Amino acid sequence: MIRVVLPTHLRNLAHVTDEVPLEVGGEITLRSVLDTLEARYPVLRGTIRDPATLKRRPLVRFFACGEDVSHETPDTPLPDAIARGAEPFFIIGAMAGG
Amino acid sequence: MSGIRLLVGTRKGAFILTADGQRANWQISGPHFAGWEIYHVKGSPVNPNRIYASQSTSWFGQLIQRSEDGGETWEPVGKDFAYEGVPGTHQWYDGTQHPWEFKRVWHLEPSLTDPETVYAGVEDAALFRSTDGAKTWQELPGLRDAKGKLWQPGAGGMCLHTILLDPSNPERIFIAISAAGAFRSDDAGQTFQPINRGLKSLYELPDPDAEVGHCVHRIAMHRSRPGVLFMQKHWDVMRSDNAGELWTEVSDNLPSDFGFPIDVHAHEPETIYVVPIKSDSEHFPPDGKLRVYRSRTGGNQWEPLTKGLPQRDCYVNVLRDAMTVDTLDECGIYFGTTGGQVYASADAGDTWNTVARDLPAVLSVEAQTLS
Repeated sequence: MIRVVLPTHLRNLAHVTDEVPLEVGGEITLRSVLDTLEARYPVLRGTIRDPATLKRRPLVRFFACGEDVSHETPDTPLPDAIARGAEPFFIIGAMAGG
Repeated sequence: MSGIRLLVGTRKGAFILTADGQRANWQISGPHFAGWEIYHVKGSPVNPNRIYASQSTSWFGQLIQRSEDGGETWEPVGKDFAYEGVPGTHQWYDGTQHPWEFKRVWHLEPSLTDPETVYAGVEDAALFRSTDGAKTWQELPGLRDAKGKLWQPGAGGMCLHTILLDPSNPERIFIAISAAGAFRSDDAGQTFQPINRGLKSLYELPDPDAEVGHCVHRIAMHRSRPGVLFMQKHWDVMRSDNAGELWTEVSDNLPSDFGFPIDVHAHEPETIYVVPIKSDSEHFPPDGKLRVYRSRTGGNQWEPLTKGLPQRDCYVNVLRDAMTVDTLDECGIYFGTTGGQVYASADAGDTWNTVARDLPAVLSVEAQTLS
């Protein structure tokens, strides 16, 4: 079970109050986690990635085990601790705007 | 029992202000969509309890919300605004061509006759239409064929901010785009033509015959005379008596003819309102006095309306979509400021009351007259 932590605005949109547990099939990558998240919460489609290109939105960042993995390719495997659910996968809004 | 519902979009959420027909005591609900920029909220004239809202942030992009109960509850609907075909390019600040990129929805205009149809004006400038209650959106690409390659973003972005639907002719649509100009369709949005003849922008646009490139801030019409248009341009207040074929300046004795909103009295087609702003580089009222100016002659003869408005040390702005009128027998007029105030007049502007004082910066105000 993957644990995903959403930023406040996206938690409100998805009507969740805490971590989102996700069953992700196959290899655990940015792409597979986000695909599963968007399939479960269609309202989030387009808020994290561009809906057409699937590129990360510029002011959204991904963190895994304390590391910024925002620039990893979508099919790079996430750390084992994320895949086992020992650590949550963080989606955050970048500091911007003053 | 009549009443008014004000739909207020702000930098940090939407607010709904309600009052009975006396318009003396107001209740405020919100923030709805707290923390999000709400560029515009507008209800269907056919079904006032159906309300559409444009919700966005730079972080998480664009959503459209729809309410079926007058704004008590909301449901996210369609948010895919895909340009038709290959998006192409427009002019960039350095004179090169730049790809069209969707950024946000500035304005939502529900159909006058069909609650399922709604138009969206977006940045980068384009017009979209939904015929299924905002579940899906299709671009009307004929607009960008109207010399779109020559359009160039202004300081606020290349936004389509005004959509006027002609109540007497369903084929006719007027739209306006910052730093591009005004355009008209006579075939329900399939094709558009620029309607900017008579506009003069000597410093920004030296070519007096330029068909596009004029920075139109807002246009307005009265339902009974849809061929008469009023415009607040970057500088200059203008009117057209022939559906935009030719514009003439009606600024005359205004303290500044720079500004953003313009609106028309609900029952007097020659009574119009503007809020003069000092200049394009100083976006606040002249002399620190917040004054609405009213002309009862369709322009040229203007009177300041000040009773109840701050007349010293006021340095707010009033944005293009942030003024509106109601349709009660004694016309009410409303506007919001970048300082978070919402002012209301129940007597056509003669006197004003502060109905909200400390909201986030107000981006838009729409009034619904409820029976």
